[in-house]
Amino acid sequence: MTAIDTARLKHMFDVIAVAIEADKDRLCQLDGVIGDADHGIAMELGFNAVRDSLERLDLAATEPTVLLNTAAKSFLNAVGASSGPLYATALMRAAAAVKGKAALEGADVIAMFQAMAQGIKDRGKAEIGEKTMIDAWLPAAEAAAAAHAAGSTLAESLDAALAAAERGAEATKDMIAAKGRSSRLGERSLGHIDPGAASAVTVIAAMTKSLA
Amino acid sequence: MPVQTKKIINDGNRSVDEMLEGILAAHPRHLKSVDGSPRSIVARDGPRPGKVGLVIGGGSGHEPTFLGFVGKGLADAAAIGNVFASPPPDPILECAKAVSGGAGVLFMYGNYAGDVMNFDMAAEMAAMDDIEVRTVLTTDDVASAPRDQRDKRRGVAGNFFIFKAAGAACDRILSFDECERIARKANDHTFTMGVALSPCSLPQTRRPNFEIGADEMEIGMGIHGEPGIARGKLRTADEITDEMLDRILAEMAPQRGDKVAVLVNSLGSTPLMELYIMNRRVKQRLDDIGVSVHATWVGNYCTSLEMAGASVTLEHLDGELQTMLDHPCDCAMFRAG
Repeated sequence: MTAIDTARLKHMFDVIAVAIEADKDRLCQLDGVIGDADHGIAMELGFNAVRDSLERLDLAATEPTVLLNTAAKSFLNAVGASSGPLYATALMRAAAAVKGKAALEGADVIAMFQAMAQGIKDRGKAEIGEKTMIDAWLPAAEAAAAAHAAGSTLAESLDAALAAAERGAEATKDMIAAKGRSSRLGERSLGHIDPGAASAVTVIAAMTKSLA
Repeated sequence: MPVQTKKIINDGNRSVDEMLEGILAAHPRHLKSVDGSPRSIVARDGPRPGKVGLVIGGGSGHEPTFLGFVGKGLADAAAIGNVFASPPPDPILECAKAVSGGAGVLFMYGNYAGDVMNFDMAAEMAAMDDIEVRTVLTTDDVASAPRDQRDKRRGVAGNFFIFKAAGAACDRILSFDECERIARKANDHTFTMGVALSPCSLPQTRRPNFEIGADEMEIGMGIHGEPGIARGKLRTADEITDEMLDRILAEMAPQRGDKVAVLVNSLGSTPLMELYIMNRRVKQRLDDIGVSVHATWVGNYCTSLEMAGASVTLEHLDGELQTMLDHPCDCAMFRAG
């Protein structure tokens, strides 16, 4: 593969923004069942703000770490809410993971992916099984790392990540929410996919499509 | 495509900013925004050297909470988020800087995961600017978690009493420790129960944010439409008020001769007539157990857009909390003393 430069990373965010926009209504509906029905709006606002802020960068003169930090800051300030700090922390950790690189090799992308999942986990203090976006992000990062360590290509590793994220999101149906607003629902949260896990799959699918 | 709800708006994505323009136009004597940070609303006549600064905030859609309670004697600033969404750290940080008088800054807001993350990030940023921040979360919603998990409860309409106590303590130039102690005490003494009859809809979606039968109500529903304790057939005002008071009084456990302050709050579209009918029952019940009402507020204090429904809040007063409640304040949408 050719190394992933800032133009490819910008393309990745464009693809994410399009995918989230297309998915907005479904995410709001999922959130309406167990939350306050605005998750799709927040995600769309955030990734549209990222797209707009990256438009203003001179890509040729920008390192990946600067691009990712720009994305983090614009997402955070457009959104607030829960998804703001969570995705902003993910992107800031991604930026730190690729600091000093002019372009990303496969191993860098895997490291970036793991840093994002860890950042979300650290900021939200959620564990696996608590019905949050962590139930998609953490298995996805682990699957990507395992596949890469076993000699898979980046495309294969990202496919493994996406499959793990999909399984993780599906599994949130059988979980009782323990974090966030839906945690006040107790057993009434059973049977519904967590909207944060659902949007994580959309983001990871867009990353897989644009980076592989 | 389901029919959209009717709203008097221009652009759903601009509603918060247009509302803020309207509020600043209406209340120029009380409020201003921080230069370059339009979602940071500061009291013109509040922050001053040596005084603990009080920053409140949260999502929009609950007006007059939060920014209606910004003014001398109450909160010094409010950070405003999108509808039902916490503000990001930057406007919170700008509020902290604007109100810091060198004596510390108190962050007070409802206990929601998003708000906690954003306000905590802002507190970390403020520390880098040498502003000491302490946080007191409001957790007055009795319906949102069991009694032994008070720290998991949401903050709802009781914010009004809790912010009022803290704002008075700050205005009286008490120490940072004392302001924090009084804020926590007010939270511990304040109990709210709500009931929802029909949903609200976000300006961006204009779709009802939950479904409820035409003859149903939901006891304990949150101010963002979070499901409550139980759904059932709509009952009479006295029966609904009794159910709320039973839960509140069981926790508050007032003695004969104790004093309370009462807030009967509309979630948006429930009219004063119905609120006063509820307040009639509140007074009867308190009379029955020999608890006196020091002061009562009835109206829209913590809303959920156009949701129909109401909440009842009692603050269990002692001498100190009564002093804080009676302390004068002059805010854009609320005055006392």
